[in-house]
Amino acid sequence: MDKNTKEETIKKAASNGVSVNGSGKANSERLKVLKTYKLYIDGKFPRTESGHYFVFKDGQGKNVANMCHGSRKDFRDAVVAARKAQQGWADKSAYNRGQILYRMAEVLEGRSEQFVAELQWSGLSAREASLQVEQSIDRLIHYAGWTDKFIQLFSSVNPVESSHFNFSVPEPTGVVAAIAPPASGLLGLISVIAPIIAGGNTCVVLAPEGAPAPAISFAEVLHSSDLPAGVVNLITGFEKELAGHFSLHMDVNAVWYCGNVAEHAKLVQTNAADNVKRAIITKDIKWNSAQGQSPYFIMKFQEIKTTWHPIGF
Amino acid sequence: MKKKKDNNVTLNFDTDWSYAPAPESTGNIKLKDKYDHFINGKFVAPSSGKYFETINPSTEAKLAMVADANAADVDKAVKAARTAYDNVWSKMKPSERAKYIYRIARMMQERARELSIVESMDGGKPIRESRDIDIPLAAAHFFYYAGWADKLEFAFPGRKAQSLGVAGQIIPWNFPLLMAAWKIAPALAAGNTVVLKPAETTPLTALLLAEIMQDAGLPAGVVNIVTGAGATGAAIVNHPGIHKIAFTGSTDVGKKIQRALAGTDKKYTLELGGKAANIIFEDAAIDQAVEGIINGIFFNQGHVCCAGSRLFVQESVAPKVIRKLKDRIETLIVGSPLDKNTDIGAINSKMQLNKIKELVKIGVDEGGEMWQSSCALPKKGYWFRPTLFTGVAQSSRIVQEEIFGPVLAIQTFRTVDEAIEKANNTPYGLSGGVWTDKGSRIFKVTSNLKAGVVWANTYNKFDPTSPFGGYKESGVGREGGLHGLDAYLQAME
Repeated sequence: MDKNTKEETIKKAASNGVSVNGSGKANSERLKVLKTYKLYIDGKFPRTESGHYFVFKDGQGKNVANMCHGSRKDFRDAVVAARKAQQGWADKSAYNRGQILYRMAEVLEGRSEQFVAELQWSGLSAREASLQVEQSIDRLIHYAGWTDKFIQLFSSVNPVESSHFNFSVPEPTGVVAAIAPPASGLLGLISVIAPIIAGGNTCVVLAPEGAPAPAISFAEVLHSSDLPAGVVNLITGFEKELAGHFSLHMDVNAVWYCGNVAEHAKLVQTNAADNVKRAIITKDIKWNSAQGQSPYFIMKFQEIKTTWHPIGF
Repeated sequence: MKKKKDNNVTLNFDTDWSYAPAPESTGNIKLKDKYDHFINGKFVAPSSGKYFETINPSTEAKLAMVADANAADVDKAVKAARTAYDNVWSKMKPSERAKYIYRIARMMQERARELSIVESMDGGKPIRESRDIDIPLAAAHFFYYAGWADKLEFAFPGRKAQSLGVAGQIIPWNFPLLMAAWKIAPALAAGNTVVLKPAETTPLTALLLAEIMQDAGLPAGVVNIVTGAGATGAAIVNHPGIHKIAFTGSTDVGKKIQRALAGTDKKYTLELGGKAANIIFEDAAIDQAVEGIINGIFFNQGHVCCAGSRLFVQESVAPKVIRKLKDRIETLIVGSPLDKNTDIGAINSKMQLNKIKELVKIGVDEGGEMWQSSCALPKKGYWFRPTLFTGVAQSSRIVQEEIFGPVLAIQTFRTVDEAIEKANNTPYGLSGGVWTDKGSRIFKVTSNLKAGVVWANTYNKFDPTSPFGGYKESGVGREGGLHGLDAYLQAME
């Protein structure tokens, strides 16, 4: 396929709404292979254990794909994977984590056309979708550069009065459960994943309800970027069903809610108290602006550790 | 013959090493019969007219009556704080704000002796600790944070420094004045005003601090102090005029506060319980480590959230360490908090003593082997002997639960990985200790302990410049140092 025909196909796919996958027959001799959108847990693509699905519809109300209707059990499996991966991910050098985030950007750039197409299912114009993919790539690059810098910026050597050497450094909080911004597509998803993992945490993320398919396609990007299994786990499903479970799990250290429902935010904060999770509520952020990226997002999922040692002979 | 005999004299700790009493005089201390709330720069009677007793836990004698704040009193305090914030404190030039805070530090230093004595009378801690640690550190916190007031824009890169408003602060009874300083100093430096509630068993030094605020000329309403128990605390937490809650206390209460704040925009920091591991490797300087273990668990009668209450000793040196530990414990002097020789003072309250006794009984019932100092205890007051447990498991309740008393649970380990795994096997994550002569092992262990403060070859050291706070269920946020400012500023990027 040369560049023009490819663009043509994407444009058609976007305009007829029935997806790149399903509409193949009308345009060519060959029957297209449909993609099954599954979950991403522990570096694998399992179906939901619930056996349930929901239909993801495009802006015109046409069916795009059957998505996994993620359950509490899927979430729990994902937490096990995230916990197992956490220490290893935190133990990687900051340089290495930065290269892996950079690699994610490289792979996404290479597959940008697919994401431009998939984002249009959520009602974006080709131009808007293309801009969002570009911003998503750039956001990954932004955080790739932070991995080995935020620690310097937020560490301190503390001039204590007694004869001790004393310093404070940020360390990852652990396993983070996040509900991605529901209506900010791939960019919102990446804006949540990148600061969490840049700081050495692992995560389970509820894909944006408005763009579940590109979220799962993004898992393919993660999968081919040397990101260890379990560092990022993606669930498709519904905030109203899962927000409670995301915030209750006793082996989750922090929960990040980026939805718009005040009741869900309160539920998340209430549940978080059961094991003193860090409960971060982010609202009114324009993810496609400069306020969508900051080292302070990384710092929300860091613990400051202070170490003392005597100075003497 | 006679000469040879003399050379063989052995030390008898019972007779040769007894100390003459060295009591700190209370002659200069003039406590009032009753203390009112400090609201809007004045001492005002509680609206209910109710007062409660604060006693000396080492004698059970009444020290004074203290006002009991209800929701109306708290509301009055919050309104005073809000008015002071709007009209005075948020408008004041930061460098002037700094000078008020410096003044408070200086006046605390001037009254340090008095504050130390009252702290030991009201709380039961040895005068040696209140005199050398609590009070000087409290003053140092004001001195440290005073200097931040006009430098906030340098604290967090890329951010504007914007104060929050009124901070509600609830503090515990183990370090009464020090905790007040930890909370008030950064709040004021960042430009907030304060409503503080000291613990109901130890309100006196906070009320002396209120006098200092008055003497320093601090504008009315910038700091308000209300006294009372849990209901007063709840009224502070739930007051809609408060923008930030800072709480130090038990994990149980911390969780309740976190729940109560759900759905509000109030910021919060929680400094909660702990069950710290103190890890001794075979290559450690054993005598120093033994001192560190003693300081770790018996400092302030073990009423310390970061106390090293779980001891992990490498198997090869365990018998030696435990023997030396017992010998050292036998020399600890348990007695009057006001005696300058006292190592371990009184348990803070009858309630706390009962809690310690209950958990120790559970330790015995669950099969732990208990050993206690043979020291004599005073007849009156609340006391508990320094206590060790061996033969306990990871699952033992006295290994999992915070006792908040002079009780140490001892376990052994063989490898570094085993020590780290056992140390982290707790819902808490406040602090930890490691003792070894090998530098690389220090960093291996300190970087793997899931705890906010780690002491290597030392223990229980504190400093205003040094951030303090926990991982996991030991709390949220940090207090102290540069990082402690974050809790009192808005995120304006």
